[in-house]
Amino acid sequence: MVKKRLVLNFPPHLIDRPVTYELITRYKLRVNILKARVTPKEWGRLVVEVSGNKNDLDAALQYASTIGVEIDPLSKGIAWHQELCIECTACTSICPSKALSVKRPEMTVEFDRDKCIACELCIPVCPYEAIEIQL
Amino acid sequence: MNDFKINKTYSEINEKIRRGEAVVVTAEEMIDIVKENGAVEAASQVDVVTTGTFSPMCSSGAFINFGHTDPPIKASKVWLNGVPAYAGLAAVDVFLGATEPVYDDPLNKIHPGSFDYGGGHVIHDLVAGKTVLLKAEAYGTDCYPNKYVEKEVTLKDLPNAILCNPRNAYQNYNCAVNLSKKTIYTYMGTLRPNLGNANYCTSGQLSPLLNDPCYETLGIGTRIFLGGAQGYIVWHGTQHNPNVPRLPNGCPKGPAGTLMVLGDLKEMSPRWLLGISMQGYGCSLAVAIGVPIPILNEKMAEYTGVSDDEIVTQVKDYSGIEKEPLCEVTYSQLKSGWIEVRGKKVHTVPLSSYIRAQEIANILKSWIKEGTFLLGEPQQLLPRKI
Repeated sequence: MVKKRLVLNFPPHLIDRPVTYELITRYKLRVNILKARVTPKEWGRLVVEVSGNKNDLDAALQYASTIGVEIDPLSKGIAWHQELCIECTACTSICPSKALSVKRPEMTVEFDRDKCIACELCIPVCPYEAIEIQL
Repeated sequence: MNDFKINKTYSEINEKIRRGEAVVVTAEEMIDIVKENGAVEAASQVDVVTTGTFSPMCSSGAFINFGHTDPPIKASKVWLNGVPAYAGLAAVDVFLGATEPVYDDPLNKIHPGSFDYGGGHVIHDLVAGKTVLLKAEAYGTDCYPNKYVEKEVTLKDLPNAILCNPRNAYQNYNCAVNLSKKTIYTYMGTLRPNLGNANYCTSGQLSPLLNDPCYETLGIGTRIFLGGAQGYIVWHGTQHNPNVPRLPNGCPKGPAGTLMVLGDLKEMSPRWLLGISMQGYGCSLAVAIGVPIPILNEKMAEYTGVSDDEIVTQVKDYSGIEKEPLCEVTYSQLKSGWIEVRGKKVHTVPLSSYIRAQEIANILKSWIKEGTFLLGEPQQLLPRKI
């Protein structure tokens, strides 16, 4: 069983194709959709956690990229600029996956990339513009 | 005169500072010194206790004189990087407020607005040495015929730039929560519905006015750390309210005293004055302040020995549903990461940077130890009654 967090970028021509359905039925993947953005005539963006048999997962990703889906690892999504951060810790109370947390008693911010689901809630909450989405 | 066992004066302490013999500790270090040795012994050992705070302080701004032009102008409308500054002063004097957004900011038209740039950001950019575009309009007079000026300026070019903050360093502040069913965007940060989180905003045991709770050493002329340079307390701040219920140790149970502070912007550092954007609320300025407390007697030792478990604040609903405080909590509870409100465990964060507050208290400590920072004896103490 392999688990991966991925960002799937869909070109506009795939809008009416049930790609996620195919990943589930043809490749027996478990797909947990963490975030989705689908708008007409624009690139769609799906943040997913997928798990399944390693061969199935590789085949599924191969299939997705063949039809035009661009796949990135999720860790590319969020950048925390420590030099701009003053450790006000406002982001940690908004972060739903606890990727951003307070190290106590030091009272500093810790960022666990593996827990980040790239929901982007922290970005507007940071008063110091220390968190950024990298596209 | 009084019954203290230890009696020191400002000038005696300053003499020790000049000789490099003053004993200076941070308010954090003072806690254990008082606990282990008692207040009298602590007061005989320690001369100065340093404090610190670094957080958004909205009531801040700068007086700027941008220099006479040729032909001269009596500016009536002025913008710095598009941020309006108040020009209802003499010809080229303006006041730039920290919360003023850029003139074409969409504000909260699409709620919550992001407020990307404002007065606080201009102040930061100036201090960081960046070029700022100044535009001034005027109606023209016989003595000031010029009607429009546009020029690029840096902090060095400006004849005068003085940080003057009418209300900073609040002595204690509410812990904010949201009882409503939707997210609210406040000056205390984003508050999630149904008690989703709790935000507080002081440095607790390191906070300047919580270490001189009854204003016995601070007042007009007290020299302080302000924005990375030496500044002054010039008056009590607006909304200064000494008449707040207090604990037996003198600390108010809610927002009480405030400081009006002033200093030369040209000497300050971009690390210690930061423009900020509070989602859905507006722009502001994070200000670094450190105040030295002279240990004139054992009472001041006792005050400065205060720790987070001996200071409380009120948990308040910022959605407007409940007007009265929901409960009272200590700063150790707040700092532990969660508090209990109406039977629910609520996650807490400080907004005020504790690690930077420690840094400020330590910088101030080193300045005093090196003899480059002398205590300013106040001409008048902060009001104890209003």
